[in-house]
Amino acid sequence: MSAPAVPASAGAPPPSGPEPHGSGSSGPSDGAVAGAAARPRRRLTPYWLLLPAGLWLAVFFVAPFFYQASTSVQSGSLEEGFRVTWDFTNYTDALATYAPHFLRSFLYAASATVLCLLIGYPLAYMIAFRAGRWRGLLLVMVIAPFFTSFLIRTLAWKTILSDAGPVVGVLKSVHILDVTSQLGLTGDERLLATPLAVVCGLTYNFLPFMILPLYSSLERIDLSLHEAARDLYAKPATVFRKVTFPLSLPGVVAGTLLTFIPASGDYINAQLLGSPNTQMVGNAIQKQFLNVLDYPAAAAMSFILMAIILIVVSVYMRKAGTEELV
Amino acid sequence: MTITLTGISKVFGDFTAVHPLDLTIPEGSFFALLGASGCGKTTTLRMIAGLEEPTGGSIRLGDEDITGLPPHKRPVNTVFQNYALFPHLDVSENVAFGLRRRGITSVRKQVEEMLELVELGQLAKRKPRQLSGGQQQRVALARALINRPQVLLLDEPLGALDLKLRRQMQLELKRIQTEVGITFVHVTHDQEEAMTMADTVAVMNAGRVEQLGAPDELYERPRSTFVANFLGTSNLIEAEITETEGEYLLLKAVGTDTALRLPAERCAVEDPQAGGKVLVGVRPEKITLAHAEDADTGSGKGSADNRLSGRIRDAGYLGVSMQYVVDTPVCPEFSVYEQNVERDARLAPGAEVVMRWRPAHTFALDAAQDADAGTLEDSL
Repeated sequence: MSAPAVPASAGAPPPSGPEPHGSGSSGPSDGAVAGAAARPRRRLTPYWLLLPAGLWLAVFFVAPFFYQASTSVQSGSLEEGFRVTWDFTNYTDALATYAPHFLRSFLYAASATVLCLLIGYPLAYMIAFRAGRWRGLLLVMVIAPFFTSFLIRTLAWKTILSDAGPVVGVLKSVHILDVTSQLGLTGDERLLATPLAVVCGLTYNFLPFMILPLYSSLERIDLSLHEAARDLYAKPATVFRKVTFPLSLPGVVAGTLLTFIPASGDYINAQLLGSPNTQMVGNAIQKQFLNVLDYPAAAAMSFILMAIILIVVSVYMRKAGTEELV
Repeated sequence: MTITLTGISKVFGDFTAVHPLDLTIPEGSFFALLGASGCGKTTTLRMIAGLEEPTGGSIRLGDEDITGLPPHKRPVNTVFQNYALFPHLDVSENVAFGLRRRGITSVRKQVEEMLELVELGQLAKRKPRQLSGGQQQRVALARALINRPQVLLLDEPLGALDLKLRRQMQLELKRIQTEVGITFVHVTHDQEEAMTMADTVAVMNAGRVEQLGAPDELYERPRSTFVANFLGTSNLIEAEITETEGEYLLLKAVGTDTALRLPAERCAVEDPQAGGKVLVGVRPEKITLAHAEDADTGSGKGSADNRLSGRIRDAGYLGVSMQYVVDTPVCPEFSVYEQNVERDARLAPGAEVVMRWRPAHTFALDAAQDADAGTLEDSL
């Protein structure tokens, strides 16, 4: 490092100075040669780092994406083979036939997201600010469900919500099931095979994806900001409304997206906890791909789902205005 | 308004941050709580703000007992150490925060005036992270002052600024305090900062107030070794009182026959008796240094002065002054500062010298305390 510094200081006085240049001038040329060799390699480093993920995505995301896009505008049958005919009726037919499925998907996903936020926010707040030495344990408990598979946990909910189970028993005895069936969330004095069961399953399964980003954004808030707000005449509720919540918005946005997007494409919860009347678009796509074997229709539905999610998310992101936040 | 702390204390678990403390902070004063980190000064400030609940005692503001009031009900505002500006609000909304919480909706004019006072008018729409440290500090000050608090609490407000900016802000804070006339309570570990700005300084150590007074009084007449060493530098000599002579005490440095004199009123020991042990102190800049060959020529004029001879161990050039370290029989490292006016070239390491200072610049402390309390070595 010192080699370039020597000629720089020696070069400051005009060249007429008494200093001999012979020994000093070897410094910069050495440094320049070494620097030139190192620089192109260093410039390539980011691309090398991108390579594994880039390859992975190219093979398992970009290629299937275009394959499915082409499938979605094909026509034909499994026996005769499918050909690209730019048949956009696949899209209109799917929308016409499965509009209720799309609607249910977004309704259930939105309900589950709101429930996750209502359950997750207080918990994340408590872990971030009040848990003290229990913080680590509570965080482990939040992610503990991941130690068991998604499928098994959802199957377990089948037992929990079963007609003879304790949950239904308690809800029946306090007449909550009457209220929910009035609202159309449940029916026939049971929970299983109702919209409520599907939403409960979605909420349960995606709760950690809400809590973790909420926690990480809350945990970053400097506690002295709370003190400053209290010092500036804010009541505890106002401190939350004017300081804590606005500063946690990045976590709220991340959590709702991580919950809403996968939940709207989910079909396991509707399959195991719902009924034919509570099927989501994921169930329909699965049926088209695996049972009906109408690949173009299934691909078209996948693209419609993706497009709607993209629109909803971009509108939401614009409204939430997260780029304004730190 | 006057703040009165009566027997206020704070215990965290088995650590006593603040021992029962009585303190009166007069209205309109610029009051500094000075001490090393962990001495309880910030805890005391936070108890006044309501951010920390005292373990015992009471806090009164004027005639009102505010001990139990939550922070948002106290007419007191704080400038936090790291400023604690709201990162999601721009400068003017940060400043308007307190007014809005009190239900005032037309804040624009007041905010503009306040930003003018701290000279930040043109940055009103910036976010805190787009400001420099000094600018953030001014926003924090404006955000507190706009509420016209009865008392402004400042917790190490200049700690994060570089030296030059800190000097400038010290004068600025003093100007603003004079302009608005609000009581300022300033917590700092920087003795120079406390002395520059405050009318009254309370030096705190280990949860107790060591000494309270005007800066010059603390500096000229420290009452404990901690204050003597923490505020500036002191040379301390172990000595024994030999006799009282009118208003003066005559002493002898322990282990030698060096005689010293000082006015009895400058002795921090109550009722000093002959034979009592004290620590005699003198500030380095009060001492004049002469080469041993010249020392006796001026004996007529300064014969009443205290004298001590020694050998220069080290001489350092500080620009404004020279700093000498002199080895003496009574004290191994005597610090002397000499103005760089007419430097005697013979005053170099190894030279035999005589140090002289006036009895009126001498003070004496109780010998039953750690002579190194409050020094850098002590805090390490």
